Amino acid sequence: MKNRTLSRKQLAIPYAIFLLLFVVLPLLVVIYYGFTDKAGNVSFDNFINFFKNGKTIGTLVYSLAIALLTTIFSLLLAYPVALIIAKGAYSQKAKILMIFVLPMWINFTLRITALKEILTLIEGNLAHYQFFNTILCMVYDFLPFMIMPIYNSLTKLDNGLIEAASDLGANKFQVFVKVILPLSVPGIVSGVTMVFLPSMTNYVVLDMIYNSTYIMGSLIGSYFSAYDWNNGSVISIILLMIILGITMISNKYTDSEGKTEAVR
Amino acid sequence: MNKFFQHICIWFVLIFLYAPIMILMVYSFTDSTMIGTIKNFSLQNYVTLFTTPELVSMIVGTFTLAIGVALLSTFLGTTGAIGAFYSKKRTRGAIEMANQIPVVNADVVTGFSICILMIIFFKVRKETFIPLVIGQTALCTPFVYLSVLPRLKQMDHSLYEAALDLGCTTSMALRKVVVPQIVPGIISGFMTAITLSLDDYFITTYTKPATFDTISTYVVNATRGSQTEIKTALWALSTLIFVLAALYVVAQNFTKKKEAK
Repeated sequence: MKNRTLSRKQLAIPYAIFLLLFVVLPLLVVIYYGFTDKAGNVSFDNFINFFKNGKTIGTLVYSLAIALLTTIFSLLLAYPVALIIAKGAYSQKAKILMIFVLPMWINFTLRITALKEILTLIEGNLAHYQFFNTILCMVYDFLPFMIMPIYNSLTKLDNGLIEAASDLGANKFQVFVKVILPLSVPGIVSGVTMVFLPSMTNYVVLDMIYNSTYIMGSLIGSYFSAYDWNNGSVISIILLMIILGITMISNKYTDSEGKTEAVR
Repeated sequence: MNKFFQHICIWFVLIFLYAPIMILMVYSFTDSTMIGTIKNFSLQNYVTLFTTPELVSMIVGTFTLAIGVALLSTFLGTTGAIGAFYSKKRTRGAIEMANQIPVVNADVVTGFSICILMIIFFKVRKETFIPLVIGQTALCTPFVYLSVLPRLKQMDHSLYEAALDLGCTTSMALRKVVVPQIVPGIISGFMTAITLSLDDYFITTYTKPATFDTISTYVVNATRGSQTEIKTALWALSTLIFVLAALYVVAQNFTKKKEAK
């Protein structure tokens, strides 16, 4: 009997080793590089330089602003759509959702190319509305990732609760604010985590629409191409701290299944 | 909300999502080099796409890599999920936590950290493709793991015990009893891995050999250049990928219906 259970457990060994070597170890290496200088001595200079330098702080603030606006606009567009598909008058819910998440299957660089062509046609020169274009392209890129989790949490919502609320005298607005919205918070939170961080670091979108490199991810890219592992690691560590913060907040609101559902 | 408003809202977002792709698709069948100019019907873009050696090898390379990475991550993720599921709570917790890292981490950081590890620490040359394959596998496997795990939770565990009692070896019981029950999770994990690999830019760009390009890195480089022939051939590529994705989704819908019956 003991032998049997042992052999099933052993199946985890290859993946456990893989995780240790290629997921945990790289992060340790990054932390090592972040806290050492070029000669390999322990130092905090990299961090001090990051927070002293106006350009890097500016990039951090700019990326946060882009990520925040992208998340807000995605949410404002995605929520009504998810709500209408999940609870609205349409009968073929699953099929309509499919149509909305189909773009996720197409390479994002190709989709951004498409949008870029259209924007060039409408605006003439993309340089005129850089900030607007950035947000637009980001929202376009990440919208399906916001619709999915919100839709999932809304379909789980028991219709009986909505009916009970209206039977007890709540008007449509009250039903939404007091019942639907609070119960869809897990979906919103997992949608926000799926959009906020990628939009903070996705410098390819900016790069493609107007060759700008003024975002956190591109800082890593520029240090990377300059073989500056130490400063690149500092940016990575700062991003990791932000990720850690977001994960800790979102874990309070979501069940662990949220993330998988969003992917499928 | 009344129906009229619902329709407007749905259509507005649909048009926002699809208009660029659709317009590009229409223009991929013309000989125009810029959207908005009216030109004649032509299949030249498709001819260019399949006859330019650079483009063909890029497409073949991207899909070969995606399938290879997906197979590797499906193997690792599935065995990992089965193993972790039957492990002690602490082991499973540790694996689950490490598994969560690439899921929540920014792709830039994942790519950068794996690049430093492989190239600076282990001194593996990028030309061997090892950093690229490992990097993408590290990104994809957690998602396979996460899509297999719920199936394991739903599984009937007495069947495995019964198979052993009836004389199956453990590996046979795994293959004949456990795996068939979690196949849907394995397949959806495999497909997720394929999409993630096809869509990945950041890990690829940090770990790929200098002469190798995937669709993502190629397109980004092409937008910097001014070769209109390549640019319009990429419109044709977008069209084909869109059609493939749509066909897959329709087929998936169809099989789901059959299952329900």
